[in-house]
Amino acid sequence: MRIRAVEISVGVFLLAGILALLLLALRVSGLTVANSTDTYKLIAHFDNIAGLTTRAKVTMAGVAVGKVVAIDFDTETYTGRVTMEVQSRVNNLPTDTTASILTAGLLGEKYISFSVGGEDDVLKDGDVIYDTQSSLVLEELIGKFLMNSVNQD
Amino acid sequence: MVHKSFLDRIALFGRSGLDIIESMGRSLIFLWHVLIGRGGAGTGLHLLVKQLYSVGVLSLAIIIVSGLFIGMVLALQGYSILVDFGSEQAVGQMVALTLLRELGPVVTALLFAGRAGSALTAEIGNMKSTEQLSSLEMIGVDPLKYIIAPRLWAGFISMPLLAAIFSVVGIWGGAMVAVDWLGVYEGSYWGNMINSVDFYDDVLNGVIKSVVFAFVVTWVAVYQGYDCEPTSEGISRATTRTVVYASLAVLGLDFILTALMFGDF
Repeated sequence: MRIRAVEISVGVFLLAGILALLLLALRVSGLTVANSTDTYKLIAHFDNIAGLTTRAKVTMAGVAVGKVVAIDFDTETYTGRVTMEVQSRVNNLPTDTTASILTAGLLGEKYISFSVGGEDDVLKDGDVIYDTQSSLVLEELIGKFLMNSVNQD
Repeated sequence: MVHKSFLDRIALFGRSGLDIIESMGRSLIFLWHVLIGRGGAGTGLHLLVKQLYSVGVLSLAIIIVSGLFIGMVLALQGYSILVDFGSEQAVGQMVALTLLRELGPVVTALLFAGRAGSALTAEIGNMKSTEQLSSLEMIGVDPLKYIIAPRLWAGFISMPLLAAIFSVVGIWGGAMVAVDWLGVYEGSYWGNMINSVDFYDDVLNGVIKSVVFAFVVTWVAVYQGYDCEPTSEGISRATTRTVVYASLAVLGLDFILTALMFGDF
């Protein structure tokens, strides 16, 4: 009887540990079982990506539809090249879709937002988005505002 | 005369260095024998269950209570710092990342060294000083297989699970303080956490850390017990050494692992 109690408590302990790992995976890190194959890649060039990081969200109408997977510098055009993975159920983006880097809240993290264009052709895997809007740099904005107020005087 | 004592000092220095290297080598050979010399199943599983009980189940209470309090303190401190920047809704993300990456594995390992490691050393040391280990050898039972190996495996298995339980309880305690007491919106506590915690980068790296710590702490504990001087004074010194060496090794390794995992080189 004593040994049985020991064995049962060890079993409960192992179960609790595995349950805790599962909780961490599903509830805390939001791991989804969906495989990553049902996405396609899009590339966009930005004049300034300041503050955008990999794993940042890609949204449309505020809904997350993908994420940034790579950021590097394009030596030919002197722009930042951002590679994004977009869920393949969003397969009807027109070729003149605009990608803009926005900020969540005043000091929050950067994310990419798509706004839909009007072309009939749609973007496919590996296509490049030409219509982009760069990250807003607060210092530049303040600089412009100061210049304007000086000019008005 | 002066010349001779100088030489003596060099010799002494060299001998203590050799002693340290020898003890490291002995512990490695010991580990090799325990892990590799595990031929034949026998009654291994039954012994392992018994050790899992004394190493894992009996450590649950201290792990749960400290996890709860550490999570609550993190939420309180995080809130009072973040509220100055108006971003108190990020407190969930802060609590979760701190626990998963650092405090979960490290504090669990330190508590484990104090709670289970010292007990392992004292138990094995006592067996050695009362010559139970040599009597086992006398009747043809390998003490490494019968006594040491189940304890080593019990430590490897139970510590990562304890660390996971620690993190879960801590995050829950943080939610209790932040959401129920300080009034952070529940949706942003959990939502921010899910958005910023990555399964591979944060959860899995934390598990890897706790596996490494489990390995080091249990190895130090059983080796110190097996290698101690078979007197009551020797046992007390070995127990102290277990806690000191295991804690130092955990903290040092934690820096190296963190640099490898999260430091961008």
